[in-house]
Amino acid sequence: MNVLLDHFAEFRDGFIGTVEITAVSSVIALVLGLLLAGFRVSPVPPLRFFGTAWVTLLRNTPLTLLFLVFFFVVPEILFPGMSPFLLGSLALGFYTASFVCEAVRSGISTVPLGQAEAARSLGMSFTQTLRMIVLPQATRTVIPPLSSIFIALTKNSAIAGAFSVTELFGWQKLLSDQGYDIVPVFLWVAFGYLIITFAMSGLFRLLERRMEVAR
Amino acid sequence: MSASVLYDAPGPKAVVRNRVYAVVGSLVLLALIALAIVRLADKGHLDYAMWDIFNYSGIRQNIADAVLATLKAFGLAAVGSLVLGVVLAVARLSDHKPVRWAATAFIELFRSIPLLITIYAVWIGFLTDYSMWALALGLSIYNGCVQAEVLRAGINAVPRGQREAAYALGLSKTQVMASVLMPQAVRAMLPTIISQLVVTLKDTSLGFIILYPELLQTARLIASNTQVKGEYPYVSTIVVIGSIYVAMCLLLSALATWIEKRGRRAKTGIAMGTAVAPITADGSASGLAVTGLDGPDGASTTTN
Repeated sequence: MNVLLDHFAEFRDGFIGTVEITAVSSVIALVLGLLLAGFRVSPVPPLRFFGTAWVTLLRNTPLTLLFLVFFFVVPEILFPGMSPFLLGSLALGFYTASFVCEAVRSGISTVPLGQAEAARSLGMSFTQTLRMIVLPQATRTVIPPLSSIFIALTKNSAIAGAFSVTELFGWQKLLSDQGYDIVPVFLWVAFGYLIITFAMSGLFRLLERRMEVAR
Repeated sequence: MSASVLYDAPGPKAVVRNRVYAVVGSLVLLALIALAIVRLADKGHLDYAMWDIFNYSGIRQNIADAVLATLKAFGLAAVGSLVLGVVLAVARLSDHKPVRWAATAFIELFRSIPLLITIYAVWIGFLTDYSMWALALGLSIYNGCVQAEVLRAGINAVPRGQREAAYALGLSKTQVMASVLMPQAVRAMLPTIISQLVVTLKDTSLGFIILYPELLQTARLIASNTQVKGEYPYVSTIVVIGSIYVAMCLLLSALATWIEKRGRRAKTGIAMGTAVAPITADGSASGLAVTGLDGPDGASTTTN
């Protein structure tokens, strides 16, 4: 308990940092993942190929390596001097996007064929079918896997702490460097993550219930 | 074009339109790649000298050692996590409440904490001088919890009649678990178990935070200790090491897919899980897709 009270400010900053990086990279992952899923189901071969290549490559790369890429290679190509927070969020977002893409894609394939056929016979285009008929129905099946993907993302954000982004792992490292007993520190950090992941799974369960429709 | 939910075989107009999209799309993608290459070349990262460092036998030796170190940690973690997984799965299905609760609490706790934090705590707290064992232990704890859930899902998927028949034959509880339920569960879940091992392999890269000289740590050392014309060869090192990682993971995933295909041919009661299952991002399977057991194409995912 003393550990927490003595260093409450750092703990709070670390907690907020974790929430922030999780939120930002979730948005990146969601947008990019949807785009990639669109690529992967599109009738245009190069885009399909690009989507597949992205997913295969990023799912088989350790996230830590991706962090190295973002911290040492990306600034050389794009704008130098981006903040560690932004680079970390991008790395997490790009990595998670490949998982989101796969979840969305498998969600799309659960929509009954007849739905899309009906949409097409009404004269809808590919984008219209995807946007108005298929994706809304796919959303329902996609929510449970998405929930575990985003919880995974929260936990992965710890790696950002090793790359000088302020978050909970940074707090753990700081205090154990100062010679505090690791066990209480570990438990408090665990508690911090539990709050976030519980909140998240609660939110997703709520979403799931709201979207529940008898089929 | 194959039948898809989303589009019919395209007519003449759609064919033309798709071609236009294909050309525009490839041009944009190629332009992005070209931009990256030009920018990297401008900064001198594509110079011959930057890549020549991998011709030095010292650096090659370093990389070979690192691959070996990675595989060592992975091997230990794989064995550790599987053993722990079996123990925890059996404990979670135990008839004794305290055992069940303890196992559940252990699994839930360590599954919801980032792996990195567990590894770091093990290292600082108990095994400061043995980073390989700290890494292997951390990985075993986390992945053991995930494997336990995978096995539990597999055991629950074994048709009830199997268990009832075994009890009717007079087998003991241990015998039922060991010779009837577990073999069938392992067989059904083999693709998922191997996919989780891919995750374990990727996660060995967290060893760099506790200074274990595995592949990623070595990459950092190579890149930050070798200077070529006043520049550090980060780009070339990352490309080389990255390819090694991707190759290792793809090999293991290919094994999972192969086993899955082989399992599909066999006609037995329970279905094989799919190889893509753990949606885990790196240290992180939180939900296990026990697909093939209850739905088509990875869509139905049980979240625990």
